[in-house]
Amino acid sequence: MFPIEKYHFASSAEDAVQALAADEKAKIIAGGTDVLVRLHGGNSDYGRLVDINGLSELKEIKIDGEGNILIGALATFTEIMEHEAIKGHVPVIAESLATIGGPQVRNSGTMGGNICNGAVSADSACAALIHEFDLIIEGPEGERTESINGFHTGPGRTILQKGDLLKYFCVRPVNYEGFSASYYKYAMRGAMDIATIGCGAAVKMKSDIIETLKLAFTVAAPTPIRCRNAEKAIENKKLTEETLQTMVDALEEDVKPRDSWRASKDFRLHLIRTLAKKVTRQAVENQGGMG
Amino acid sequence: MQSMNIKLTINTRKYEMDVDVRKSLMDLLRELGYTSVKHGCGVGECGACTVLVDDIPIDSCLYLATWANNTAIRTTEGECRDGKLSAVQDAYVEEGAVQCGFCTPGLIMTTTSFLEKNKGKDLSREEIKTGHAGNLCRCTGYQTIINAVETASKK
Repeated sequence: MFPIEKYHFASSAEDAVQALAADEKAKIIAGGTDVLVRLHGGNSDYGRLVDINGLSELKEIKIDGEGNILIGALATFTEIMEHEAIKGHVPVIAESLATIGGPQVRNSGTMGGNICNGAVSADSACAALIHEFDLIIEGPEGERTESINGFHTGPGRTILQKGDLLKYFCVRPVNYEGFSASYYKYAMRGAMDIATIGCGAAVKMKSDIIETLKLAFTVAAPTPIRCRNAEKAIENKKLTEETLQTMVDALEEDVKPRDSWRASKDFRLHLIRTLAKKVTRQAVENQGGMG
Repeated sequence: MQSMNIKLTINTRKYEMDVDVRKSLMDLLRELGYTSVKHGCGVGECGACTVLVDDIPIDSCLYLATWANNTAIRTTEGECRDGKLSAVQDAYVEEGAVQCGFCTPGLIMTTTSFLEKNKGKDLSREEIKTGHAGNLCRCTGYQTIINAVETASKK
């Protein structure tokens, strides 16, 4: 038995928000692949749960009339990866989610949980950052929209406040139309592993000039990050070994990797430099440009 | 502690019962006698507790029993019909893909859903490995397991 002290099965988004706002220590449970692991380990921070699995409207994945791609917070990794709208318009999301755990974990876990638990290594975070996701949140004061930019505030921490419930992600056309993207997860094993470093890039080309680059990393700083200095360094330039090197030199200002038992700071820096080039080149290649 | 009333089908049998909200689906299934569902790591790494919920493989150790409300669960016991093994079970026997046997029921369910999902496709050994990445065999009998999946896919 899991050491659950208090359990509320939410009947609606409003009901979930009310239950979360009424209990300082309440935590949301969605797919359970993080929360139940922590409970299994006896972590009492997760003893008071608001279960949102009854909110079937949060499972939806669709494109609205304005071309916004909406991904429900409760949609599982597998449901997102296999959805035609995702594969067709934002394939880097599918590519990223395919690197998570194994089939069983992807059949239960959700992108809502992957982003909201604030994990520094979240495999969906690079895709969320380079496609500049909006997060539609229901809170005690009603519905509001937050950007993924600045959403993560520290390891395991986000801007979410007491009573907040993520309902869905929104990818606006301006953030995916004309872009091609790529993701690479460096890990010690081919599956069932946590990223040592994850890197995502999205590019928009104007003939052979990189008009826009969006570059993001996981595990390269205390939160998943966008690399604005590196992006500026290569914008409006052609893709060459020299411009890639200029980008990588600027990258040092953006990242702040650390030593841990998984990998040393030096090794992580090496991975960051290598992957920045590899993934940017692949993103350009995916647009049909020279690789 | 709180309980919830749930209705579910396990293999061919229908159930309605009150379950403790703290219970995992794995614990519920084992208590009901479906002991093919193994308690391995308890944290979603080994896949020994894999069952199909509405034909989708999940780790039943990381799944609250209450979430199984209004679903159909399949375990290895139910794959054997009228004393006859399923094509997947048969292939595991044929290829000798069983050593200590602890991981086998979970693997059988993963293979069953993997082949249902990829019906008619010509599967590479690499694709088979990726599709079975959520199941560990501590005896490391992976070659014969992959052979069994290949054999079953041709049945």
